[in-house]
Amino acid sequence: MTALPEATTKKLGLVIDLDTCVGCHACVIACKGWNTQNYGVPLSDQDPYGQASGTFLNRIHSYQVQPATGAAQTTHFPKSCLHCEDAPCVTVCPTGASYKRAEDGIVLVNEDACMGCGLCAWACPYGAREVDEAAGVMKKCTLCVDRIYNETLPEIDRQPACVRTCPAGARHFGDLGDPDSDVSRLVADRGGLDLMPEQGTKPVNQYLPPRPRDTLDDVPEDVLAPFLAPVDETPQGFLGWLDRALEKL
Amino acid sequence: MNQPVLDLSPQVSDEIRKTTCYMCACRCGIDVHIKDGKVAYIQGNRDHPVNRGVLCAKGSAGIMQHNAPSRLRAPMKRTGPRGSGQFEEIGWDEAYAIAEGWLRPIRETAPEKLAFFTGRDQSQSFTSWWAQAFGTPNYAAHGGFCSVNMAAGGIYTMGGAFWEFGQPDWDRTRLFILFGVAEDHDSNPIKMGLGKIKKNGARVVGVNPVRSGYNAIADDWFGITPGTDGLLILSLVHCLMKAGKIDLEYLRDFTDAPVLIDADPASPKHGLALLDDDGHKLVWDRTEKRARCYDAPDVNPDLAGVWVVDGIRHRTVFQHMAEKYLSPEYAPEAVAARTGIAAPRIRALAAEIARVAFDEAIELPIPWTDFRGRRHETMKGRPVAMHAMRGISAHANGFQTCRALHLLQIIIGSVETPGGFRFKPPYPKPATAHPKPHRRHAPNAPLDGPHLGFVHGPEDLALRDDGTPARIDKAFTWENPMSAHGMMHMVISNAHAGDPYRIDTLFMYMANMAWNSSMNTSGTMAMLSDTDENGDYVIPHIIYSDAYSSEMVAYADLILPDTTYLERHDCISLLDRPICEAEAAADAIRWPVVEPDRNVRGFQSALIDLGARLGLPGFVNDDGSQKFADYADYMVRHERRPGIGPLMGWRGNGEETGRGAPNPQQLDRYIDNGGFCVAHIPEAAQFYKPWNMAYQEWAVEIGLFDKASPYLFTLWCEPLRRFQLAAEGHGSIQPPDHLRDRIRATMDPLPIWYPPGGAEDGEYTVHALTQRPMAMYHSWGGQNAWLRQIHGHNPMYLPTDLWERHGFAQGDWARIASPHGNITVPVAHMPALNGNTIWTWNAIGKRRGAWGLHDNAPESNEGFLLNHLIHELMPPRGDGMRWSNSDPITGQAAWFDLKVKVERVVAPADRVTRPDTGAQASPVGKGPDELAWVVK
Amino acid sequence: MQPAPSVIIFSTLSGAGFGLLFFLGLGLPVVTGGIAFGFYLIAYVLAVGGLLASVFHLKNPKNAWLSYSQWRTSWLSREGWAAVLALLVMGVFALFQVFFGVTLAPLGWLGAALSLTTVFTTAMIYTQLRTVPRWNQPATPVVFLTASLAGGALLSNNPMLAVILLILLGAAVLFHWWKGDRRFAEAGSTIGTATQLRGRVSLWEKPHTGENYLTREMVFRVARKHAVKLRVIALVLMTPVPVALILLFGAHHLPVALAVLSYVAGVFAQRWLFFAEAEHVVGLYYGAHTGRQVA
Ligand SMILES: Nc1nc2c(c(=O)[nH]1)N[C@H]1C(S)=C(S)[C@@H](COP(=O)(O)OP(=O)(O)OC[C@H]3O[C@@H](n4cnc5c(=O)[nH]c(N)nc54)[C@H](O)[C@@H]3O)O[C@H]1N2
Ligand SMILES: Nc1nc2c(c(=O)[nH]1)N[C@H]1C(S)=C(S)[C@@H](COP(=O)(O)OP(=O)(O)OC[C@H]3O[C@@H](n4cnc5c(=O)[nH]c(N)nc54)[C@H](O)[C@@H]3O)O[C@H]1N2
Ligand code: SF4
Ligand code: SF4
Ligand code: SF4
Ligand code: SF4
Ligand code: SF4
Ligand SMILES: [Mo]
Repeated sequence: MTALPEATTKKLGLVIDLDTCVGCHACVIACKGWNTQNYGVPLSDQDPYGQASGTFLNRIHSYQVQPATGAAQTTHFPKSCLHCEDAPCVTVCPTGASYKRAEDGIVLVNEDACMGCGLCAWACPYGAREVDEAAGVMKKCTLCVDRIYNETLPEIDRQPACVRTCPAGARHFGDLGDPDSDVSRLVADRGGLDLMPEQGTKPVNQYLPPRPRDTLDDVPEDVLAPFLAPVDETPQGFLGWLDRALEKL
Repeated sequence: MNQPVLDLSPQVSDEIRKTTCYMCACRCGIDVHIKDGKVAYIQGNRDHPVNRGVLCAKGSAGIMQHNAPSRLRAPMKRTGPRGSGQFEEIGWDEAYAIAEGWLRPIRETAPEKLAFFTGRDQSQSFTSWWAQAFGTPNYAAHGGFCSVNMAAGGIYTMGGAFWEFGQPDWDRTRLFILFGVAEDHDSNPIKMGLGKIKKNGARVVGVNPVRSGYNAIADDWFGITPGTDGLLILSLVHCLMKAGKIDLEYLRDFTDAPVLIDADPASPKHGLALLDDDGHKLVWDRTEKRARCYDAPDVNPDLAGVWVVDGIRHRTVFQHMAEKYLSPEYAPEAVAARTGIAAPRIRALAAEIARVAFDEAIELPIPWTDFRGRRHETMKGRPVAMHAMRGISAHANGFQTCRALHLLQIIIGSVETPGGFRFKPPYPKPATAHPKPHRRHAPNAPLDGPHLGFVHGPEDLALRDDGTPARIDKAFTWENPMSAHGMMHMVISNAHAGDPYRIDTLFMYMANMAWNSSMNTSGTMAMLSDTDENGDYVIPHIIYSDAYSSEMVAYADLILPDTTYLERHDCISLLDRPICEAEAAADAIRWPVVEPDRNVRGFQSALIDLGARLGLPGFVNDDGSQKFADYADYMVRHERRPGIGPLMGWRGNGEETGRGAPNPQQLDRYIDNGGFCVAHIPEAAQFYKPWNMAYQEWAVEIGLFDKASPYLFTLWCEPLRRFQLAAEGHGSIQPPDHLRDRIRATMDPLPIWYPPGGAEDGEYTVHALTQRPMAMYHSWGGQNAWLRQIHGHNPMYLPTDLWERHGFAQGDWARIASPHGNITVPVAHMPALNGNTIWTWNAIGKRRGAWGLHDNAPESNEGFLLNHLIHELMPPRGDGMRWSNSDPITGQAAWFDLKVKVERVVAPADRVTRPDTGAQASPVGKGPDELAWVVK
Repeated sequence: MQPAPSVIIFSTLSGAGFGLLFFLGLGLPVVTGGIAFGFYLIAYVLAVGGLLASVFHLKNPKNAWLSYSQWRTSWLSREGWAAVLALLVMGVFALFQVFFGVTLAPLGWLGAALSLTTVFTTAMIYTQLRTVPRWNQPATPVVFLTASLAGGALLSNNPMLAVILLILLGAAVLFHWWKGDRRFAEAGSTIGTATQLRGRVSLWEKPHTGENYLTREMVFRVARKHAVKLRVIALVLMTPVPVALILLFGAHHLPVALAVLSYVAGVFAQRWLFFAEAEHVVGLYYGAHTGRQVA
């Protein structure tokens, strides 16, 4: 199945708002919890109470940005599988374990067929795949395929665990193939971007860049000045103003 | 091969049990998925008023907390020396017998010899009630080292505070200014609120030396020099007042700005308000040209009023404010260098506040009636909201800085108005409506009233008849008169020094005092294990309740093991720290969604058992038998006032909210409702609450108070002035001479700024801070297999200037020294940081052997605590006094006044941070080598 | 990339083994009987041993058989097929040579082609990865093929061919290094394109303070000084030493054996560097290669 589908009916994916993400790691742990208990083998941790190292499908990086002028900035940067349209991780897979679903574009690993060669992880530019050291199979974001269609869940909960939990509302889930969907509109409004477009993977997940920072510094003095024009320079004058102002109330 | 067929609708669990999270003090609602009787998955409860379904990292990792290998398994009796971690497991009967053996003689002879201090639990109304019944004056929770400045500053100024007791009007605000917050107690609501603000396109301004977390997403960042916010805020006040961009109507009608203050320096009442014969504050009436009571229905207060009575001149609070804040010392240019914020930026922020408050003012078409009986057709709002926390309060000038911030909010009319800051029930509730501190004790008798409260002058201090401190922590003394939450950070140090007296038993609950919650950690460990000339411990007995194998466990003699939060009843009560919203009163419970598999007992239930064994009043029936079976029973049957109990929901016949007789079905009703109860505030009562009669009446109806009690915001804090007057020599209760100058200088009735932390020390010039990591809760996150991977160790972050000046490179180490000691730690570069500040994540370092961790745990090797550098005492001044490192007004621990010097050093060969605090044996063994936690 | 010993052993040994099979298939030399048995034994030990080594790299080998299923899209799958076919075809060819003294030339040519194809498919597993720009260049299959051929020529006792191929190998490796050092920049991935943040971007905090699968596997970094030294060693052992041995001492057993050893050691070093120097673009997310960003 490592041929990619010609086209998928839908392009389900995430839109991640870098302007709003506070870097709380809630999505990381919600993802770990859900996917440990659900799809495929549990996400294991080695030496969990020593030098722990475990499998995670979603991780938050944090970057510092020094713009050409002005104060340095910090950006929290969540990253999971981007469910690429031209997913190189799928085509490299020798066993057919990796595949992209024709109906919705979700890229999955069929753990029953995976031999743990790790090649798909090498092929992914984004570091979205990790071999689980306990089970020896490739793990990756499933876009919570076992939630989003799950009829045992209330309709409102049929969304990825990470989206449901994000306290800041920085994660959005939807069909990026439908230009009228909420997520597509958001991407259009906010100038959503592909990560590493030069890799030719055509990621479905989109990143909304941080809005310009420290713009208060750029407001011209003459726009601000009227708001702070003194009512009078002398204390007596101030009391005179006060008297007039109270009279008008 | 074809695309595999997936089961897209797997059954998530057998059952969902809804309770309340405990991984921090935010108290979100959780859905605990139970499979095969075990906890399988935890998600947020969508119906819950606090979190509306979202959950933070800690909350989602609750499952790893619940199954942590560090969980205590049974009561324990110490067998090795203190600190060794050597214990013997015992039964509950033996544990109770040991505790009773220590406590009964104390109660019968000198109840003050018990010091009972608790951590950040949410049962303080219960634990304090126990301590009161025992009769010791020595009780407090952790507020004194946490953020009492914020609580006291708010309550003394406006009858409510930030903390989790109020919230911005997230939906309507257009400008949100956040001072000194990394995470805060309202963790999820703040994140949800920030998300809303961002969605609405409003502006977020972050004032913080560090630009991470919330400050990273702030549209504008003010990388302030620590400890100088007061200056920045008063400079904003200066700009706004000077430009007349203040809400005169609001100041006139709802604050004490028009109240007449004795302005004659020779008068014994200098600085106190002029009162009528009934004790009501007087204002000058512009229309009638006479002094009148502030709450007369037709009064027209004059903000500029002056009145001379009996030759004594009285001027309004507002005139005093104008005089003070229009002074050039608060001009942006004058504060720029100290605050590290350029004058044009200060002005830009002031202008933006003015623009949004007045040009974007909003008006809700909701009529309401104020306490003077006047009807208002609309609710006017100034959509500028502010919030602050420990970045402001954990400095020795924090109380006044908090007050300055509230002053700023109040002069633009943005407290309790749409778009601004809103109180959550039981607030608004002014300082005068709170109890005063009580300290009178006698053998075999309960204390004369609640321990903690709000003082209004020297006569309220907790001093013994000889003028010495009545309390072991010296709260409510001349050293820190308004220490409304007590001073937990001084207990061990004072008990060890026998100053003001020796105690017998230190009883602590849920506070890792041998580690991250103490200043001077190594010193504290030494004090806890110090012996006298006979080889006996200086602090003879230590009882401690924890749920996990923490550092503090190793220093106790008797351990009462608590359950995890999923295994017990808890009560998140309106009597304490409830989960209210600005639009609703709400409380909640925890209940055992799974039964413990160890010989552990909920601590509150254990206290009930102990209370009954000791025969404490309230804990036994008339025949001496135990009154409450356990905490759940107490939650339902206890009444503070007739009809008012710990829980407000489903009282009486099950239909009554707030007031009503105990209802045996109450807990079931809570469980059926998802673990919480919400009582909505009527629409017309949702703003202007301190003055809004609809709110006042609603609050009486649900039992928050017994009669309507509207009040004015007090920009002029008279209690402060009363202490100042005493320091000036007035009155019969006089401070010791060495404190007079300090009291005069710091206890100004109007908000001021003074440099925190005493004298500047030439050598130690760099500010050093900690921040809360969002994915870690103090020390307990470290035992959580999932969370500890996120923060397994902590570098010290250095700003570019220091980084380059000392020639640091990636992977380098530094020695950081304060006047008290030094630490050797790894460093990392962070450009988005105030140029003279270094910081690290709080409470990541762990003692070797604690928390069931293996010796290779990065927390015990590369991780470290900053606390070793922060002393609970100021450097000696040669006067023989022990000056505590606290706010001189409230006693708030001044964690963030730390100044250090930085030196580049070669990394230790073992790459282990210094100091080495040794190791403790693990009484619970060590965690497994691999984890794949799945419940089938 | 993490230089995993199993993969280095595999690619070096099986490369040489298939190189030897290539020459045997072409009839250079035509061997029969016991001598043939010796040659084929060496070839199969190297090729099959290498393949087995690569199985150690699998975390879940029980599904390895499924790797034959995706030959339409996957180079790793194709490699499996090519290897099996090459070994089978050459096995039949060898059978006839060893036991019947019969050389089925066309079958040999087919086997030779399949052997080279195997090496090519191995190379393509790496070459195809745009995520590792150093590998993602036409010189990668050239290096693998020349290495395999040079090894095959040495082992099959074709000294002059070996000399030429070893020199070609040296040139190809030099070019691969030269080009490889530029590939990351050419590919255009920076921390800027990775994060789409504007300004000078650097990593502040890793997602987790410890290591994870990705950092262990793909963010391996080799010290520059170390790399230069190893390059010299690799090149010297791979080309000048064996070439000199052959040219000075002729095609005698001992010098050829020494040449083979030197060649194997050189190729091991080259392969170690092939991985250790390979920069995976995911390293950008972990703050690697940020020195290259244009501010
Ligand atoms: N350097 C520096 N130090 C600081 C601060 C800072 O900002 N910087 N902040 C200070 C502040 S504000 C605070 S509040 C303190 C916090 O410091 P602590 O109150 O000491 O916080 P914790 O580490 O959470 O320790 C609480 C203890 O409660 C135990 N516990 C957890 N769950 C349960 C339970 O269910 N039952 C029982 N019985 N015990 C339980 C934990 O195992 C732990 O031992 O730290 C203070 N220390
Ligand atoms: N995830 C998580 N949540 C928690 C806790 C936890 O441990 N983990 N602890 C809980 C507890 S007990 C408390 S008290 C609250 C505390 O919540 P916060 O008040 O957010 O506490 P800190 O993390 O100490 O953050 C203090 C912030 O103030 C900044 N700061 C320091 N000095 C100054 C200053 O002079 N001026 C300004 N403007 N900023 C300054 C620091 O950089 C830091 O960002 O959090 C609660 N919530
Ligand atoms: S992000 Fe990586 S794993 Fe996900 S589809 Fe794209 S290439 Fe594959
Ligand atoms: S690790 Fe599994 S999914 Fe990935 S390429 Fe190998 S067989 Fe395919
Ligand atoms: S969509 Fe599901 S699997 Fe993917 S990152 Fe989110 S929670 Fe994890
Ligand atoms: S939960 Fe939301 S805010 Fe938190 S790290 Fe994930 S995306 Fe960012
Ligand atoms: S903020 Fe997080 S840890 Fe705190 S109560 Fe809510 S979910 Fe639990
Ligand atoms: Mo705190």
